[in-house]
Amino acid sequence: MTSLPQNRTAKKLGLVIDLDVCVGCHACVISCKEWNTGGYGSALSDQHPYGEDVSGTFLNRIHSFEVAPEGGQIIGEAGDARVVHFPKSCLHCEDAPCVTVCPTGASYKRTEDGIVLVDEDKCIGCGLCAWACAYGAREMDLAAGVMKKCTLCVDRVYNETLKQEDRVPSCVRTCPVNARHFGDLGDPNSDVAIMVVERGGFDLMPEQETRPTNKYLPPRPRKSLSESMPIIPLAENTEGARGFFAWLDKTLDRI
Amino acid sequence: MHPAYSIIVFTTLSGLGYGLAVVLGLGFLDPSLLMTKLAYLTSLALISIGLAASLLHLGNPQRAWRALSQWRSSWLSREGVMAIATFVPLTLSAALAIFADRHDVILGFITVLGALVTVYCTSMIYASLKTVDSWHTKLTPLCFLLFSLAGGFLFASAFVGGNALVEELLALLFVLLALVAKLVWRNRATTLLPISTPETATGLGFIGKVRLFERPHALDNYLTREMGFRVARKHTAKLWVIAFVFGVALPILALLLAMTIGEGLTAQIALVFSVIAYVLGILVERWLFFAEAKHAVMNYY
Repeated sequence: MTSLPQNRTAKKLGLVIDLDVCVGCHACVISCKEWNTGGYGSALSDQHPYGEDVSGTFLNRIHSFEVAPEGGQIIGEAGDARVVHFPKSCLHCEDAPCVTVCPTGASYKRTEDGIVLVDEDKCIGCGLCAWACAYGAREMDLAAGVMKKCTLCVDRVYNETLKQEDRVPSCVRTCPVNARHFGDLGDPNSDVAIMVVERGGFDLMPEQETRPTNKYLPPRPRKSLSESMPIIPLAENTEGARGFFAWLDKTLDRI
Repeated sequence: MHPAYSIIVFTTLSGLGYGLAVVLGLGFLDPSLLMTKLAYLTSLALISIGLAASLLHLGNPQRAWRALSQWRSSWLSREGVMAIATFVPLTLSAALAIFADRHDVILGFITVLGALVTVYCTSMIYASLKTVDSWHTKLTPLCFLLFSLAGGFLFASAFVGGNALVEELLALLFVLLALVAKLVWRNRATTLLPISTPETATGLGFIGKVRLFERPHALDNYLTREMGFRVARKHTAKLWVIAFVFGVALPILALLLAMTIGEGLTAQIALVFSVIAYVLGILVERWLFFAEAKHAVMNYY
């Protein structure tokens, strides 16, 4: 059934992605592909993997954006011009348009936890759900002819054969800087929900009215370069020198 | 958006087929004439070819029957259901005309209703997508319906041949109405401000202007191929002129010529010519409909 759940799901499993700490290493992209090519549904195929025109199916991609405030082009002046690494995967929207457009019932949103999934045995590969998604979260697998998307590693998070610390999405488990967090955003007392409140987590494209579950944490404000620069360069500063160096400093000053 | 040939052929041909079905359902054509029987078969053929073409772009066409199940939420599913449902009164009307030289008013009325609703559902597949600003308007179904009706009356005029003043005048009227609707649609599409921007897409607008620094992959992926189509945009202006000349100017000239001549072979040839020109014009228009459409996901690329 591709109608959305009648009542909003109480449990909202999702990700919180911290744009302040992501270093853009793409480790989550690779670990996602590795886990999911052998996990839920058909494999994530590559086309011409060793040829010139290589491409493939990915459920998670990292974009890097340059963000420049007015006057931020001048280094050290306005201070905040910066590069932000931006991981992007399915946001498991509450009002997911990809689900309602599906003609076959292959796309659905789980009532128990809000995860948006594709039943690949029902998918005809029409591609309309990818057109309906503003975030580019769905990619057609050209080998299998079915739509692939982030499953929030549904085959990990409930998998009792895994150790407790591994029962999180592969991207979260892999991230070397803890930029990705997994939890229940429907529970106001969960770590992720508290994090969102404290850091001012936001929705992507709220104007599309999809009510994404995943939230993004904004980069923290930075001091401008000129502010952090000491007035006397460190190499020329002898303040606080003690013992032999203090004597040497004084002696040399006197000469 | 990527203009898939199968979808362009589908929306064009089935749109024309349903337009012709509307004219036939309204009983404009005398069911005892051979040409009317041919018109019925043409309408059925256009719709069938269109629907068959629509299956070609599917990744797994063998499961297409499943697309009839989600009519509660999906316009694509509704379109499939209506397309198949409309076959019933249309085929019955065709059989009645071919074997009994009769036109049944009630069957005709159901055909008209079914055909119009099907075209509306087709257009709503696109108009319901909030991700494509230029499609997301009530003008999109209006344009699809008017193009369909204009095509239907042009086809009907060609089948009647000479002395089809009513059909010809209605064809003229609907071509002009479709032109006006499309011009309003296009004016909106070219002047609208996109609802999503790189700033809202990343949520980083509070810092400043957002610009892509590095793509996730060096080469194209499914998203950039499907949503980031650019080839036709380069030739947009020329293609618009071509669509106008073939879809509007030539059919109107041919109609006026046929109306002045009245009847005979020349009038018939002019009317057939108007149909051919119109189909070509609509194919170009449909190509542009997809190729010019900008998708919100491209804010990330």
